[in-house]
Amino acid sequence: MTLQASAPKTGVNVARAIRDATIAGLIAFGILLPLIGFETVQNMRNELALETRPWLLAIFVGLVVLASLFISFVVRPWNQHRRAVRPAGASLKGAALRAAFAKWFTPFALGVAVFYPVLVIWITGFSGAVKWIDNFGIQILIYVMLGWGLNIVVGLAGLLDLGYVAFYAVGAYSYALLAKTFGLSFWILLPLAGILSAFWGVLLGFPVLRLRGDYLAIVTLAFGEIIRLVLINWVDVTSGYAGISSIPRPTFFGIPFTANEDGFAAVFGLEFTPLYRTIFLYYVILALALLTAFVTVRLRRLPIGRAWEALREDEIACRSLGINTTNTKLTAFGIGALFGGFAGSFFAARQGFISPESFTFTESAMILSIVVLGGMGSQIGVAIAALAMIGGTEMLRELDFLKQIFGAGFDPTQYRMLLFGLAMVLIMIWKPRGLISTREPTAFLKERKTVAAKFVEEGRG
Amino acid sequence: MEVFIQQIINGITLGSIYGLIAIGYTMVFGIIGMVNFAHGDVFMVSTFVALVTALILATWLGISSIFLSLFVILLVGMVVTSLVSWTIERLAYRPLRGSFRLAPLISAIGMSIFLMNFVQVAQGPRNKSIPPFFQNVIVIMEREGYQVTLSYRQIIIWAVTATLLTAFWYIVTKTSLGRAQRACEQDQKMASLLGVDVDRTISMTFVIGAALAAVAGTMYLMYYGVVSFSDGFVPGIKAFTAAVLGGIGSIPGAVIGGLLIGMIETLWSAYFSLDYKDVAAFCILAIVLIFLPQGLLGRPEVEKV
Repeated sequence: MTLQASAPKTGVNVARAIRDATIAGLIAFGILLPLIGFETVQNMRNELALETRPWLLAIFVGLVVLASLFISFVVRPWNQHRRAVRPAGASLKGAALRAAFAKWFTPFALGVAVFYPVLVIWITGFSGAVKWIDNFGIQILIYVMLGWGLNIVVGLAGLLDLGYVAFYAVGAYSYALLAKTFGLSFWILLPLAGILSAFWGVLLGFPVLRLRGDYLAIVTLAFGEIIRLVLINWVDVTSGYAGISSIPRPTFFGIPFTANEDGFAAVFGLEFTPLYRTIFLYYVILALALLTAFVTVRLRRLPIGRAWEALREDEIACRSLGINTTNTKLTAFGIGALFGGFAGSFFAARQGFISPESFTFTESAMILSIVVLGGMGSQIGVAIAALAMIGGTEMLRELDFLKQIFGAGFDPTQYRMLLFGLAMVLIMIWKPRGLISTREPTAFLKERKTVAAKFVEEGRG
Repeated sequence: MEVFIQQIINGITLGSIYGLIAIGYTMVFGIIGMVNFAHGDVFMVSTFVALVTALILATWLGISSIFLSLFVILLVGMVVTSLVSWTIERLAYRPLRGSFRLAPLISAIGMSIFLMNFVQVAQGPRNKSIPPFFQNVIVIMEREGYQVTLSYRQIIIWAVTATLLTAFWYIVTKTSLGRAQRACEQDQKMASLLGVDVDRTISMTFVIGAALAAVAGTMYLMYYGVVSFSDGFVPGIKAFTAAVLGGIGSIPGAVIGGLLIGMIETLWSAYFSLDYKDVAAFCILAIVLIFLPQGLLGRPEVEKV
């Protein structure tokens, strides 16, 4: 909350910093007085009453003032210093480091992902491992996969889709309904659910062919909400808010993960523990996510992948060069939806219960923010963003020590989405192009050249 | 027929609220070409500000004059909400001006999620209800036991909306701020060369939009008597639909669009199904954006290479 920079060349203008901090404090006080200074609570007679929280208000206003001073005394001088010391253009050392990172990071991450369950069991033992593999491993990989799926639509084809969760929902409900009604197995329904999702992707893609940018985003948001509202209201089929429960779980080539005699543990002569199912599910989602990444990497080298990237850069130029933009857009929507459908049917199989609550707009925004924060079009970036955002927010559940600081009533998980929203804004301001912002050209003449960051920033997305 | 008239009355009331919110969307889109996704949540914040102010006035200060308290609530709501919107623009949108095109939209989505969850954490997740302000109704028609009524609340909503729209219309057409706004809308670079402070004009646009959203928020609280942290999303989308339907960038269009959306919603609920009323709103949004993107009163956008 600082005022426009007409700052002196070097050093800190103390008077200005204090003035900024005062103004910031006053504004914070004005905004937070009704929202934090007072709390509306229901009293005994079920009427609303007010309670005051002067100390909380004082703490918040104090924090804002401190943040303003921090910006004036630390961030701004540091920025000036950096600009003065290092002129435009990246240093050679940084480039070498980045090249090494690009070369070694993917194998390393892959290795960690493959050996993650072993690692977890080694560290926490059999009893504690389920939580870490399920809540962290599987959860993060679902979002990595969704991120990579949406990355095809948003990152490669440049079509901002705010309703991606609809295809996730179509996949989940397809699996749940078909498995419950016809008793088909997970392995048959997984491709089927994907195809149904892709069908919906193309179907919803048709009407929005003419749109782009903000309007496209809002229409896809509307489609996502329509599908969710239909799931809520079409009670005969979807049982509405109640959701669908006891969805059949996937089996290991026909062997169920149960404690029965024909269960996985008994067949292989092992002691029964729910851990086997979790590990199995972990590898299924890992395989699905890697399939998404592999297909995307290969598609980028095909004419259709090149057409997507051309479309992202300039639609009019694309059309004048004879690229069929209709097909290009529809395949992007369709393939993106296909992977969303895979992820959805996996989600239904893993949870055993689905309801429209899992497919709200917030979920779409979360997947989109993972793609955007990771750097649109960058697969590694998306994976890192999913790890940081989902892992970070899941980590909030584990922060029990905060209860000792803030009191027993403190529940860190309710700040999950708050931090998510804040992170979206902050990363947009700090790095509008996402964490990994170098855009690699996939088509090049004779030799590969990296695109300088300053050109990347100029792109219109 | 009676049902129809009653629904039209209800629809105009609801439509006034949507129209007031829609002006905020349409002005911001007109001037910087972004969908201010957080505007619906700014409206939600304003309902909470109004709620807290109403409770302070009623329980602590014991003010019994309804008109005085309504006036104070409106004033406080407008000031605080404007401040919120000004701050959001300053922190989340201004640094992104000149960045790639989708950056402000994504930042706005983040801000919307932040505001919603901030209010949830600060004020609790439960619905907050207050006793209704004005209970009295006027019966304007009666046939076969069915009464067509016009409540005092509805009259007040109409009157306040009409008054503020007139004031707002005066600002946009007659003052130098309004001229600066229209200049920035047409050509920001040229306007700044001619001495218009573009940053300030854009800030003022956000402030005015938020002030009108605060009026809508107060009316919403008065009309329904219940607010919740999640009340920003759907009314926000409906108001955005209204803005697009009326022609985005056009202020009279936003009001007309708001009234239309309000009437469509009430008539749909009365004659078809209550469950699918939001589906209807989203369908209208999609249909309008796809087939009539320039809206009723907007100018068609010609893209130049």
